[in-house]
Amino acid sequence: MVAGFKIRKREYYDSVFLMGVNKRLAEYPGVTQTAVLMGTEANKELLAQIRIGGPEIDAAAPNDLIVAVIADNEAAMDAAIAGLDAVLKAMTESQPASDVRTLRAALERVPGANLAVLSIPGAYAADEARKALEGGLNVFLFSSNVPLDQELELKRLGRSKGLLVMGPDCGTSILHGVGIGFANRVRLGSIGVIGPSGTGLQEFTSSVHNAGGGISHAIGTGSKDLSDAIGGLTTLAALERLEADPATEVIAIVAKPLREVTLRILLEAADRVTKPLIGCLLGADESMIPSGAPLEWAHTIDEAVEIALRKAGVKPVLPDEGSKNGVPSQVKSIREGWGPEARFLRGVFAGGTFCYQAQQILRQAGMVVFSNSPIKPGYGLDDPDCSVDHTVVDMGDEHYTLGRPHPMIDSRERARRVLAEAADPTVAVLLLDFILGYNAASDPVGDMLEALADAQTLREKSGGSLTIVASVCGTDDDPQDRVLQVKMLRELGVYVFDTNARAVDFCVKLLKG
Amino acid sequence: MAEEREDILHQELVVINLGLPGFAESLGAQEVEVIQVDWEPPAGGDQEMIDLLDQLL
Repeated sequence: MVAGFKIRKREYYDSVFLMGVNKRLAEYPGVTQTAVLMGTEANKELLAQIRIGGPEIDAAAPNDLIVAVIADNEAAMDAAIAGLDAVLKAMTESQPASDVRTLRAALERVPGANLAVLSIPGAYAADEARKALEGGLNVFLFSSNVPLDQELELKRLGRSKGLLVMGPDCGTSILHGVGIGFANRVRLGSIGVIGPSGTGLQEFTSSVHNAGGGISHAIGTGSKDLSDAIGGLTTLAALERLEADPATEVIAIVAKPLREVTLRILLEAADRVTKPLIGCLLGADESMIPSGAPLEWAHTIDEAVEIALRKAGVKPVLPDEGSKNGVPSQVKSIREGWGPEARFLRGVFAGGTFCYQAQQILRQAGMVVFSNSPIKPGYGLDDPDCSVDHTVVDMGDEHYTLGRPHPMIDSRERARRVLAEAADPTVAVLLLDFILGYNAASDPVGDMLEALADAQTLREKSGGSLTIVASVCGTDDDPQDRVLQVKMLRELGVYVFDTNARAVDFCVKLLKG
Repeated sequence: MAEEREDILHQELVVINLGLPGFAESLGAQEVEVIQVDWEPPAGGDQEMIDLLDQLL
């Protein structure tokens, strides 16, 4: 095995583009591993893990491109590195070029702009967001790793200027029907929703749409907005706007549990809301909410959707056929197919909120469940790569995404984990999520099919069958063909549900017998 | 006191996209006016130089 690298000075590319380059270089014969990334400190640490380092790497700057190749022999390595020029050329040519290099130049070109969408490395994101706010733009800040003090400063600046700051670490918003970032195509309607989690908003808005309702606005706040350090500044701004918005008749907040200080701030704000308000704080204890609080409590996203539809006067259409899969006779026959040791659930999620909600539902059903992103202290994994007993893993966690694309756009890490779980004879049920919508993978199920089929084959060889349960988050109007995505899963014998909560409920039935 | 400004919820979106071109493409597909900025780290990612430029500009 030989390893080598090449550094191209002052050539900046975004991480999704580099993922494409990486994929093409990895296809060169004799190549076992490639890493194509910008010379940031975090990326240098990743390179060190595959034993690529030295003074040249140390000296690389964040806008220097590093290409590392590990191959069977020197000739294969040299060929892959030499192929870089051709790959870059082909990929650059297929991407539309822009002659605008700065925010300021863009504002001069489009003086009527009212929203900046920022997905640049976190170290630079706050600076650009500040410039956007000062230029009178609202901000959708997808970038993560923005320090809390900078987040607070941006949100205060936004507030003083009457501008909305969605993020940092904001995955999803839908403003009057327009999906920003990772969003599903949903019809316009009277239900407004606010939340820190992209997948939480995707599940809520898709479910409302699939049940026949519509969304006025879905406002992403960023993952840290409801921390005590930020005090829910964007959540409060969003709440005020939806209260004043004539199109919105019902408001829902979908979030994780809050600490006391922020909860009090939120409840005070809720007091000023005259429209029906639904609070879904996943994993929170209901006793946190004082009796007589001005919001209706929902335990799961499904329940929040149900209440919202009722309040909006929408009679929900029946859920997808897959929900009928939970009949007891089927549970019995599925269990009879398991091998002698099989008894555990392994969830391998792309969506962090799905991992979180799954833990909540499993715990409420009396099951002990571990996670790399545990809902309660004491239930973490010692090694995130090694599951124990019932385990659910958030593959979007930093451990898996540092220097790599998120599992919603690149399924390779998730496919590897699925195979590792299938090789464990104590695993009975594999639980997955598939997320559709703008900017998600163009064929999320197709990308995982081979791994799922291999997992089933692997298990059959060792005796017994592996039960795979999945939820598909999305609508029939999404760019991916939802019907086809579901069909591909069912043809493989996967039990498919239209929401994460329904899929987890089915797993509970299976495991409890 | 906050500046008086029309709420983004009541305006047609006109977007400046810095970063992932896919975000601009999906907005374009929804018939939103969007301009893509081919962003690069300022001053080659050198923090001292960025601070200096910020002071100068």
